[in-house]
Amino acid sequence: MPWFGMDIGGTLAKLVYFEPTDVTPDEEELEVETLRTIRRYLTSNVAYGSDGVRDVHLEMKNVKLAGRVGTLHFIRFPTASMKSFIELAKEKKLATLADTICATGGGAYKFEEDFNKEVELALHKLDELQMLIQGINFIDDTYPSECFYWAHPDDEEQCKKVPFDFSDPYPYLVVNIGSGVSIIAVKSQGDYARVSGTSLGGGTFLGLCCLLTGCNTFEEAIEMAAQGDSKKVDKLVKDIYGGDYDKFNLPGHVVASSFGHMMCEDHRKTVCKEDLARSTLVTITNNIGSIARMTALNHGINKVVFVGNFLRVNPIAMKLLAYAMEYWSKGQLKALFLEHEGHFGAVGCLIELIKEKR
Amino acid sequence: MAEYYAKSLELSGIPALTLTNLKHAERIAFDIGGSLTKLAFFSKISHKRALYTINPNTKSNCETEEEGWRLHFINFETKYIESCLDFVKQNVMGRSTDVNGKIIKATGGGAHKYKQLINEKLGVEISKEDEIQCLIKGCNFLLKNIPDEAFIYEKHSNPPYKFQSPSNQPLFPYLLVNIGSGVSMMKVISDTEVERIGGTSLGGGSFWGLGSLLTKAKGFDELLELAEKGDHRLVDMLVKDIYGGSYDLIGLPGDIIASSFGKAARSASDTSSAPVEYKEEDIARSLLISISNDIGQIACLSARLHKLKNIYFGGFFTRCRPITLYTITFAINYWSKGEIQALFLRHEGYLGAIGAFLKSAEETTDADKYSWGEHFAGSTGLQSPVALNFSKDSKVDLLELDRLERPVCYCPVLRSDAVYVPDTWDLTRDAEAREYWLNCFKEAVDKFAERAVLSQPNKADAAELAEQFKQKYIQRLQDLGEQPFAFGSLTVRTLLDTREQFLKEFEFPDPYLQQKRNDNKEALELFPSYLKNLDSKNWEQQQHDLVEGILAGNVFDWGAKEVTMLMDAQTLTFEDARSRLRPHPWLYDDYEAWLVRLRGSPHNCAVIFVDNSGFDIILGVFPFVRELLRRGTKVILAANSKPVLNDVTYRELVILADLVAASCEIITAALRNRRLLIVESGQGSPCLDLSRIDCGLVDAMVEHKVDLVVLVGMGRAVHTNLYAKFGCEVLKIAVLKNRWLANRLGGDMFSVIFKYEKYDASEEAAKFF
Repeated sequence: MPWFGMDIGGTLAKLVYFEPTDVTPDEEELEVETLRTIRRYLTSNVAYGSDGVRDVHLEMKNVKLAGRVGTLHFIRFPTASMKSFIELAKEKKLATLADTICATGGGAYKFEEDFNKEVELALHKLDELQMLIQGINFIDDTYPSECFYWAHPDDEEQCKKVPFDFSDPYPYLVVNIGSGVSIIAVKSQGDYARVSGTSLGGGTFLGLCCLLTGCNTFEEAIEMAAQGDSKKVDKLVKDIYGGDYDKFNLPGHVVASSFGHMMCEDHRKTVCKEDLARSTLVTITNNIGSIARMTALNHGINKVVFVGNFLRVNPIAMKLLAYAMEYWSKGQLKALFLEHEGHFGAVGCLIELIKEKR
Repeated sequence: MAEYYAKSLELSGIPALTLTNLKHAERIAFDIGGSLTKLAFFSKISHKRALYTINPNTKSNCETEEEGWRLHFINFETKYIESCLDFVKQNVMGRSTDVNGKIIKATGGGAHKYKQLINEKLGVEISKEDEIQCLIKGCNFLLKNIPDEAFIYEKHSNPPYKFQSPSNQPLFPYLLVNIGSGVSMMKVISDTEVERIGGTSLGGGSFWGLGSLLTKAKGFDELLELAEKGDHRLVDMLVKDIYGGSYDLIGLPGDIIASSFGKAARSASDTSSAPVEYKEEDIARSLLISISNDIGQIACLSARLHKLKNIYFGGFFTRCRPITLYTITFAINYWSKGEIQALFLRHEGYLGAIGAFLKSAEETTDADKYSWGEHFAGSTGLQSPVALNFSKDSKVDLLELDRLERPVCYCPVLRSDAVYVPDTWDLTRDAEAREYWLNCFKEAVDKFAERAVLSQPNKADAAELAEQFKQKYIQRLQDLGEQPFAFGSLTVRTLLDTREQFLKEFEFPDPYLQQKRNDNKEALELFPSYLKNLDSKNWEQQQHDLVEGILAGNVFDWGAKEVTMLMDAQTLTFEDARSRLRPHPWLYDDYEAWLVRLRGSPHNCAVIFVDNSGFDIILGVFPFVRELLRRGTKVILAANSKPVLNDVTYRELVILADLVAASCEIITAALRNRRLLIVESGQGSPCLDLSRIDCGLVDAMVEHKVDLVVLVGMGRAVHTNLYAKFGCEVLKIAVLKNRWLANRLGGDMFSVIFKYEKYDASEEAAKFF
């Protein structure tokens, strides 16, 4: 039985695969043909079908799992391609190796029937929050430089990633930015709850960018944003008050109205797609930051861990979050990030599979 | 509900009045926002007041000019600011020395941007006022002064607007969320203390800006209209799109939006097929919902962080539109689990302008010390803008507030543990009652206008003015039929107030003056013999006669159309009226309990809210007053400050009291010893709003320790206050002279309401334990 964990989100499906590297020649001899095919298919490719990707840089070697040693592989593909994945699973005869697969995320519900019918595999549906937290705990225990923060996030030159010791994490807030955003307060191991969230998330960023710029992918949207200037699109405090609003401690550079300049036709003529993409990114990110910050304060928590695939290839958002957390909380709150951004739910499922095997 | 909004009040001719008043503007302030500008100005309004003399032969019209002050607000799109300034320049600057060369107060983000332009156009300096201070000042002003200003939105009620009036409950602290281009959140601690505790950059400007990029709509209003037609579910990713069903484990219903605009997000695999075209209206709706929802959520988080229970929304974002109100309310209920309340303001867009104006007035007068009332006749309702000269292609909203001659306060003897709602029936909710009363007022308007003309025999254009009055009032009744919640809760009281305001606008200060004179004269002639007859009876019979006298007197009401017919025929005598009363048991009959009470110790002080002139006041109320005085009870007679129908006014009552005293020693002595006080109530209506009575009356009630309240007449005891709870004894006395009302209460014409309610202090105290 190959060891998989799956997290099928609104936009992306995440798959982790544990490749045992301690396979003895005897074992290999015994290994059924299909299992070998799957292993070779997954580990020898970095792209699958038209849009499946293996995040090679996240690969974890020499991971000990249930007495075995191996490599964790992180694969993702658009949930929209779920049907192709199901076909692939059918083609590779996954059902001959196992009867269930552990999965979480909304797609575990949505595609359950397809799995049953097409692949003849039962989906073992697992709780999203539990899997997320379980995944975070496992990876953080296993991977030494998993957790980091951004030092000097507002300074292009000095800004850098600094490892953070997350070995004594409680209490902490997890802000999972996928298509939408879930915010989970984790008080201790096993004591956690979804306390907030917002529908303005990664899906909103990409959706708005597609509508505003005609871009086609998240990567494209992020690249455009990197080249744009949001100040041409947003109204800043100084655009309204001519400077800082001292009385209420609002510096002039703070955004007063996102897309505020776009009310005016003349301004609309002066902006390019890149500016619009940047403003969309800044708006969505700052909004998540605000909600996360207030939620943390309301729960008396000062460590805020941002995860989710919105942060993939997205240093602008991470730095903005880092800056906003620190600035508005006057240094009370710390924005933390994890290297394996969006894969924790899938990892949680893999761990669960192994627990159940025992 | 959409059809309500298409309707405008264009026909009601309000703009003409507003612009006339603008020409008389004394002081001007601006609140210039990114999209909308509010012009605030103060104007002197002169009205005629009819002088009352007792001599009914005085046919000549004795009237004096009286001055009042009115605060006007015009809300228009900022793009018309030049035409507005031109208008002001032509009509105000040349004439008014008060504005010329002076400093004009301005607030709002645009105050900075348009400083130069205003200076060039008007030749005056702009003094910029702090925006947040202005907002707070304006918000406190509205919440303290304007009945039905705030409302909560309950989607499943009909109508969904539930209005709240200024009350005796503490207002502070609260959270004010001002939604302009961006959003500011302020913790308001007192009249002067405020703390900005947060905000978000996703506000009205984001809706407008993004909306302009994503649709072809021009401007905020068009975007709102688009949004109203759209379906956000075609653009947003819902929980059920991800889960294929409901998400019970986390407790999110399937219809909850998981990712705003999530369906519009393309992925590489989609590139093969042609991109889906999203409809503009669906995009606009998704945008409006996502921003409203976000504001609601952040407001809720801020309120929680600062332990605030009430959130008021200002700015000009919601425009009282159902989707926005509903989305914000839903977000706050959802995130606070119902612990925090979202409150909206009918005049949400005027906070800054009111604040800026008050600041400008502060320097010369104590504008804060006055009480204010909404001038319905010159204001537009919720979403019913009108066309105005200087913004031809777009509509403006108008608000007018009258500065009351004297301040009003909350009645000190209302039960402190109960929410006071003056009106017995809310016509906004009660469709059958609404239909009846709107029609009733419409049918009465001819007679009413006729009498108005008769009251002005020396005025050549009286008939023409009366005709204009009629048309405008009928138009307003029609508008209210379509949009009953346009000016807050619709009640018989507000319908009466509106009629009086329109009447005043057309220079009919007191149509019933002559009638009141005649009636008073007739009653005064009978007064001595009436007392003599009363005194010849035994105690028990006297008490019954006194109560019956008030009831019989109360039949003479020019506001009740069935009785009007009898009175017009001049066939109704006092004894007739008495014989028409229904026998015991009355519809509400606490007479026996009252009699028992009379056998006990005297009350300390009674306040009587009196009703009609003539028999009512003279043969009904004064003998009752005499009896109370005889028992050792002090009496405060509270009469209307302003004339309405044949209700006796304060000024008239002062004269009448002297005339009555001439035939009654007890009353003479009581007036002299100040055991009988005549006080004005602050009202100008047959109804009685005890949350806004004259502060002088309140002082007298407190000073003399009032322990009995007497409410006389249908307006004061049935249309209003029938179910009001008092912290002392109360008598509610009226005769039902309207068939519909009688039927509604399960009675008949001339059914008697005689409610005597005791006050049980332990009942109130019990609530605290």
